[in-house]
This record gives sequence, structure tokens and C-alpha cells, in this order.
Amino acid sequence: MVELLQDPKFLRHVLATLHAWAVGLAFATLISVPIGILIGTSELAYKMSSPLIEFMRPIPSVALIPLGILLWGQGFSMKVILVAYAATWPILFNTVYGVHDVDPIAVQTARCFGLKQTAILRRISLPSAAPFIFTGIRISAAIGLIVVIGAELLASADSGIGSYILFVSLNGGQMDSVLAGAAIAGIIGAMINSGLGLIDRRFFGWRYLGATPS
Amino acid sequence: MLTVEQLHHAYTPEQLVAANITFDVKAGEIVSIVGPSGCGKTTLLKALAGLLKPTGGIIRFQGKIVQGVPDGLAIVFQEYGRSLLPWTTVNGNIELPLRYQPITPAECRRRIAESLQAVNLSGCGELYPWQLSGGMQQRVAIARALAYQPKLLLMDEPFASVDAQTRADLEDLVAAVQDQFGITIVLVTHDIDESVYLSDRVIVLSRPPSTVLAQVGIELPRPRDQIKTKAMQQFVEKRSEIAQMIRRPIDVEPHP
Amino acid sequence: MSTEGIEIDRMHPRTFSAIQSFAVRYGLGITLVIVWEYAARKAGSIFFPPPSDILHRAVTLWLSGPPSRLFLSGSVFQDVIPSLLRLLGGWALAVLVGVPLGILIGRSRNLSDFFNPALQFLRAIPGPALIPVFIILLGTESTMRVTLIAFGCVWPILLNTIEGTRTVDPVQLDTVKAFRIPRHARLWRIVLPAAMPKIFAGMRVSLSLAVILMVVSELVASTSGIGYRIQNAQIMFLLTDMWCGIVLLALIGYTLNWLFLKVEKRVLAWHRGARGRTATS
Repeated sequence: MVELLQDPKFLRHVLATLHAWAVGLAFATLISVPIGILIGTSELAYKMSSPLIEFMRPIPSVALIPLGILLWGQGFSMKVILVAYAATWPILFNTVYGVHDVDPIAVQTARCFGLKQTAILRRISLPSAAPFIFTGIRISAAIGLIVVIGAELLASADSGIGSYILFVSLNGGQMDSVLAGAAIAGIIGAMINSGLGLIDRRFFGWRYLGATPS
Repeated sequence: MLTVEQLHHAYTPEQLVAANITFDVKAGEIVSIVGPSGCGKTTLLKALAGLLKPTGGIIRFQGKIVQGVPDGLAIVFQEYGRSLLPWTTVNGNIELPLRYQPITPAECRRRIAESLQAVNLSGCGELYPWQLSGGMQQRVAIARALAYQPKLLLMDEPFASVDAQTRADLEDLVAAVQDQFGITIVLVTHDIDESVYLSDRVIVLSRPPSTVLAQVGIELPRPRDQIKTKAMQQFVEKRSEIAQMIRRPIDVEPHP
Repeated sequence: MSTEGIEIDRMHPRTFSAIQSFAVRYGLGITLVIVWEYAARKAGSIFFPPPSDILHRAVTLWLSGPPSRLFLSGSVFQDVIPSLLRLLGGWALAVLVGVPLGILIGRSRNLSDFFNPALQFLRAIPGPALIPVFIILLGTESTMRVTLIAFGCVWPILLNTIEGTRTVDPVQLDTVKAFRIPRHARLWRIVLPAAMPKIFAGMRVSLSLAVILMVVSELVASTSGIGYRIQNAQIMFLLTDMWCGIVLLALIGYTLNWLFLKVEKRVLAWHRGARGRTATS
């Protein structure tokens, strides 16, 4: 595994995967968060969209990989679009519920103090919903990684960890390389998760105050 | 029934909570333990129950040294919401300790009915704890302790988390229960009125590292009444005596 | 919203509000389907067949069997049922391994601290990355897939069970110790019920993960299953068939989730009640 990490070709694969993953995730965030906020604040929009979101959420995005391959080939754009699609739902779901389920007492207090709707949004709803939105991003990060590597594997893409593993296993099946590839994917996943966890605790640590004793 | 000899407990070498606590409790008594915040009242109670091993001193329950939780003892905590099991009914909660006692199922059912009646919750057996008010939940905790038929009942600030009116009702309930079943009760509280109202004797602890400042005997007539007893001269006197000890313990010389 | 000749003022108010709530709930979905139908027919793109075509094809594929077999056609038994069995089998295996192990580890602070880093790492490995490993180790038959699904699903369950076991309320533990309830009973009657909410959460996450892993494992080197059919359709450019598979997977994912939530609601009814109460009292 150490040799793999020193091989520049492998590192290029890793970067390709991460690149597609990050861009897809960014798109999903940029689209889902604003829409989610809009839906969360309007009671009517909330009622109309919830069943739909509830339905779309459990769909395994990997099922769309074959469709994605047909529509957009085997390259970068296919990966990005698929990751973006898969990542949208957890972020959207969490944003909508985070904004919608803000503590009503906090909102009422703010209204009594004469705050207007936009101010309430900015100062109460968003900060209160922020941890949930961030959790949605964490979930999407993990799913996005699954989708991108899955897509690479299936599409025999020309770059990416998934395609590297596929390539090695098809040509000679060297177990240690295959395992090493998978292990590195795991390490990357774990690092992303811990990194996001650190950010979560650093910026949203306040929500853990007063939680049940551990 | 219970003797505490030179109890001493330090959570860490710097945190000496109890320095030298010595007292005893006779069978059938109601004894209250009061003291300023942080004087180790809860620590003491947990040590009495065998839930905590003190760093020094000996506790004897019914003649035997306490090591681990002894038989014949029940405890009611302040946080009834966290002590009752939310996934089972009131009946289920009371029944749980009884399952591991050598009694027949019929006897078990009888005890549950009897204890619920003693706390005035006879119809509530099939309800879940979260469906009851705070006062009712604490009553269930008391019923659970009663059904266990302990020789000694320990109560850790049991009425601190309920409102004043409920507290008055629960205090009377404890007095009635003691009268009916004859159990020995050790009650930790920060409410001086409560301690004088309920007990035969009040043990006053000093500030940490705590020792026993005084043991005040209460000779008010029983059965006691929330209004009449609290208007009596002796009540007011004892109450002030104890309050003064707690508020300025440095001025009072400790006497056994 | 058209009410086609029914006079609103003469309608019973409850019926009207029932229609209104139906419209609000499903209106968006129905509208989207109608828009899709219209747009697909107009544009005529083979990549996005109209829903009516998909429905038609789905009926042909799966519901054209003899009445004796509930009208289900052969392909249901060949592909759909085996896929479902693998999915549920792998998930069940993960539960059977994860919960007891989780309780064991969770009860000891040292053990859970010790294993935590390794578990976090294992949990973060993206499932598809492991497919080649599993293929090399276990071939391409059902065993491999079930094992893969189980392996992927066990981590959320394990981690959540450990977490649930660790965070049992100390007041509850003190209570049962004070009543001298024996150790084995403490486990069954206190630790397990107290950890249930978190265990169920882990099981729910694993269930959706199982669906994903089932599909992915069948998209690679397989000879049967829903994923295989989708892959096959892709290769042969049968777009409608592929969409049928996608819709089927959507239905499976949604239904499994819905079923699980129903069960969870019953088993954890006390938890909702208890949590709701503390919020208001």
C-alpha cells in the first residue's frame, strides 16, 4: 500500500476521484440549500414537497449509473452529474426539516421583538438549522463517494480509484493491490468523515451541550 | 439498624467531600440529613446504599459491613424521570425488582396492588411513566420501593423536582407510609422545613469537608399536619436552630 | 384544481378538505409525472421514455404470468425475488452479528475506545471499492453478494449499538443495582431496551445501504437480479426496460423504508411518548 501511495499514476487516480466527488457535492449543496430553505419556510411548499422528497430519498442513486453512462459517457461529467444527483437528496431533506422544525418559541420571541421575516430567517432559522444542514452534507459526502467509485467501477472509466481497482483485478488479480486500493478508498472516506466531524464540533459544538450524559 | 462510623470520602485527592461522618439510625425512625450545597449528602446516601465505596470509614447495615448493595434496602432518586424505565408500564416498573425476589407470582401481584393503593395510584397500573405527571411518577418510584418491602428506605432529595403543592402531598404520603409499614427512612434534603416536618431526628452536616455538626431531635406529635404542625412553637424553634447552623456553620461548635 | 361538476358549496366540508389535502400531498408528484409524459412524447428522446410506456413495459415484464402465481411472470421469480432475498439476507446477517457484538463492546468503555478508530475506518470504506476484493475472494455467486451486503451493513448497526449501549442513563443503572437485579437481567431488561432507539436508527441506515449494495453488486459480473437486468438493458440499449428497473428499485427502496418505519413506530412507541413528554413538561 505504501508503494501505491508513492506511485504518481495512482495519486492521479485519487485526485480524479476526489475532483469529481467534490464538484458534484458542491453543485448539490449550491442547489439544495437555497431550495431547501425556500421549501422549509413556506408551509404550503413544505406540505406539497414532503411526500415527493420522502419518495425520492430512498431511491438508490447507484441504480442510475447505467442510465448515466448511456447519457453522458464514461467521463468526468457523468461522474459529477451522478454525484450531484445522489448528494442532493440528503442535503435537501435535512435543509427542509432543519429550517421547518426551528423551535417555534424562538421564532415567536423574535417576532415579539419586532424582527421582520428576513431577519428572523437570518438570525434564528438559519443558525438553528445549520447543524442539520451540515449533517446532511456529511451524509451526502459519504454517499457521493460511494456513487463516484461505483460509477468508475462500472463505467470502466479512464481515471479514478474505482477504475484502478477494476483494472488491477481484471489484469492478473493481484490481491494486495486490489486490497490496497480499497483500503486507501476507506482511508480517504474516513479522513473526509473525521474532517467534517471536526468542523461539525468546532462550529456546531453548541448543540451537544446539555445532551444526555455519556 | 444502620451505623456510620467515621465515613470519609474523597473523589480525588484534592476533592475531600466528607471528612468524618458518624451517626446511627434506629429501626423505625425517620432521619433527615441536611446541609449546605456540596457537603456530600448524595455521596453519603450512595455510600449507604452500597453504590459507592467510600475512601474511609465503615458502614454497618443490620450489623453487617456494607460492601456492595446489601439486601433489604431500597432507594428513591431525585430524578424520577430517569429512574423509572420508560419502556414499560407502571405495573412493569414496580414488578421488575420483585421478579428476582423469592416470592410467588400471586404474592407479587398482591404487593403491586397494595403499594399502588398506598400511594393513591390504584388505577394507573397500565399507564406508561411518560403519561403521568411529575408528582405521580415520583409516587410510582415510591410504590416500587415499597413493594420491594425493604427494611431501610433511602431517599435522595426526592421532592426537589416537583412543585410545592405536590411536595406537600408527597411529604404526607411518606409519613403515612412509614406509619403503615413501619420502615426505617433516611431522607436527604436541602429543604429545612421538610426535614423538621417529616423526621424524628435531623442530622446537620457542615460545609465540605463535612462532619456532623449536630443531631437535632424532633419531638413534634404525630400524625403531623401541614398547617397545624408548622404553626407550632417547637417547629419554628427547631427550624431556626437548624437554619442557623447551615447558614453560618463556622460559628457553631460541632457536638455529637 | 378542477372539481369536474361537483359544486363546492354543496359538498360536505370534510370531503372538500380531504380532496384538498390529497391534492396538496400528491399534487406535485402527479403534476411532474404528467409533465414528464407530455415532454417525453413531444421530444421523443429515447433516453427518457414517457411514463405510460414504462408502465406498459413493466406490466409486460412482471405482471404477465398465470393467475395461479398471482399474475407474476417468470422474471419476477428469476430476478426480483432473488435480489430481494439477497438484500434482506445480507441485512439480517448484519443485524444478527452487529447487535450482540455491539452490546458486548459497548458495555466496556475500554473496548469501545479501543475499537473505535478501526471501526470508523471500516465504516468509511465505500462499498463499491470492495467489490473486486470480494469477487476475488468469493467468486461471483450469491454468497459473495450476500457477504458483501452484510459486510457493508454491519458497521452502522455496530457503531450505533455501541453508542446506544454506552449512553444508558446512569440513574437507571444505579436504580437496578440498588434493587439488586442480577447482571444478566440488567442486560436484557435495561441496557437493551435503553439502547433500542439508537439500534433501530442504525438498522434503518443499514437498510438503505443494503439496497445500494445489492444494486451495485449486481451491476458487476452477475447473471441474475434487478441490477443485472438494468445493466443488461443498458448494454442492449433497451431504455424502457432500464427505466422499469429503476422505478422498481425506487419502489423497493421506498416500501422497505416505509415498512421499517411502521415496525419502528410500534416497537419504540414508548420512546416517542417519552420524548414528546419531556419536550412539553
